[in-house]
Amino acid sequence: MSTLITCSHVDFGYEDHDAVTDLTMEVEEGDYLCVVGANGAGKSTLVKGLLGLLRPTGGSLEVADDLKRTGIGYLPQQTAAQKDFPASVREVVLSGALSRRGRRFFYSREEKAMADSAMERLGIRQLAGRCYRELSGGQQQRALIARALCAAGKLLILDEPVTGLDPQAIQDFYGFIRRLNREEKVAIVMVSHDVANAVGQARKILHLQQKTLFYGSARDYKETRQGREFLGGEEADK
Amino acid sequence: MIAEMLSYPFLVRALIGGILISLCAALLGVSLVLKRYSMIGDGLSHVSFGALSIAVAAGWAPLGVSIPVVVFAAFFLLRITESGKMKSDAAIAMISASSLAAGIVATSLTTGMTTDVSSYMFGSILAMSPGDVRLCAGLSAAVLILFVFCYDRIFAVTFDESFAKATGVNVRAYNVVIAVLTAVTIVLGMQMMGAMMISSLIIFPALTSMQVFKSFRAVVWSSGAVAVVCFCVGMAASYRFSTPAGASVVLADLGAFLAFGAAAKIRLRLKGLWDQ
Repeated sequence: MSTLITCSHVDFGYEDHDAVTDLTMEVEEGDYLCVVGANGAGKSTLVKGLLGLLRPTGGSLEVADDLKRTGIGYLPQQTAAQKDFPASVREVVLSGALSRRGRRFFYSREEKAMADSAMERLGIRQLAGRCYRELSGGQQQRALIARALCAAGKLLILDEPVTGLDPQAIQDFYGFIRRLNREEKVAIVMVSHDVANAVGQARKILHLQQKTLFYGSARDYKETRQGREFLGGEEADK
Repeated sequence: MIAEMLSYPFLVRALIGGILISLCAALLGVSLVLKRYSMIGDGLSHVSFGALSIAVAAGWAPLGVSIPVVVFAAFFLLRITESGKMKSDAAIAMISASSLAAGIVATSLTTGMTTDVSSYMFGSILAMSPGDVRLCAGLSAAVLILFVFCYDRIFAVTFDESFAKATGVNVRAYNVVIAVLTAVTIVLGMQMMGAMMISSLIIFPALTSMQVFKSFRAVVWSSGAVAVVCFCVGMAASYRFSTPAGASVVLADLGAFLAFGAAAKIRLRLKGLWDQ
């Protein structure tokens, strides 16, 4: 298995302070990493750094050549403005292919076929002509993941993906993310507040509090002090 | 009546200039309204009023002064909206009132409140000079080129800035281009439509179309069409009933908004019946 992203002693931050310091971790092909931590612990900063929107202020961040070519699929937090946006699902999904297009002005047939196959994989093909704002939260989420898959097939970065979904949609969401990860070997990096589920789903956990409090397998995380604290009473009962 | 209207050269200029301005305002408006930047249009029209009045009071070229000032204001408003340091709606209201006040004070100190000021406030059909029409043509060429060739990027930036940024679209550049084009549209349009009403050309067509159409492409097409049709209807009404041009166009836009709203309601009702 080859490594997609390697961070060694990386700092990320803004002009006056570093939000993430001395981070060492790696994301391998087909990995499933969940980043947890309190609000303001630097999770969103880390996401920006991995996407290349923020230059590391220290240490070294290496991105595999493979990934540089195809890019990273990204699922941002939903904004309020998007919820009533007049766009068809096809338009939204297709916009993911923008980065593949380079300097051409219009989408090619392959890119359109790719959008169709991404919708197929997420089971929203029949919604292609529907208006994005008329979909349920879970369906909107799928459309955005299909868009991310159009942008990149090897690595998805999900930022707080389950916020605002109802419980059934959350379970569905974890289901198809797991499928993408296991069957199609898409590496997943997920930032989440939903720690209990995240620990159950992910292979690796990164617990951030500016510095790294824990980095290792999900199983080991459950045994640590931070893990037990973060998971709360649920673990203590067992 | 139409032949009669077209026999006046100033009316022909007003029609050509107005149609081009309406089209630009409507296309840019789709992106601005969806990004929740509608207030920027309103703020810029007031800045434009202030700049124009000061330029006239001081005897400078009106467009030569106000276009750069408004473009600068557009950058500035975009910046405070993006950085989120200050409440942007409050900041825009503050800038609007200040530039309005500056314009009024400058005018009353020199010439007094003349017809010039009133026509900047409420618009004048006589405002389009042949030079203005040429500027309008240049502006609309720029806007159309942007929308034809960068349509997909505009969609991406409007729908989701952070995703667009992550896939390597230069989001900043697009925001700046849209802000600059909006600024020029407003300066050119406000002489005819009036500072109080020019922002309606930006906001109405997009809101009208969003009620009925469900894809971005359809909303863009419909906004352009609605803007041009409403402008022509407003101008015809203004000619027929001798009402001010700007206000008549805004009322036509309001009419279209209500009609589209009713159409959307009826469609929903019919769909309900169908489903039963």
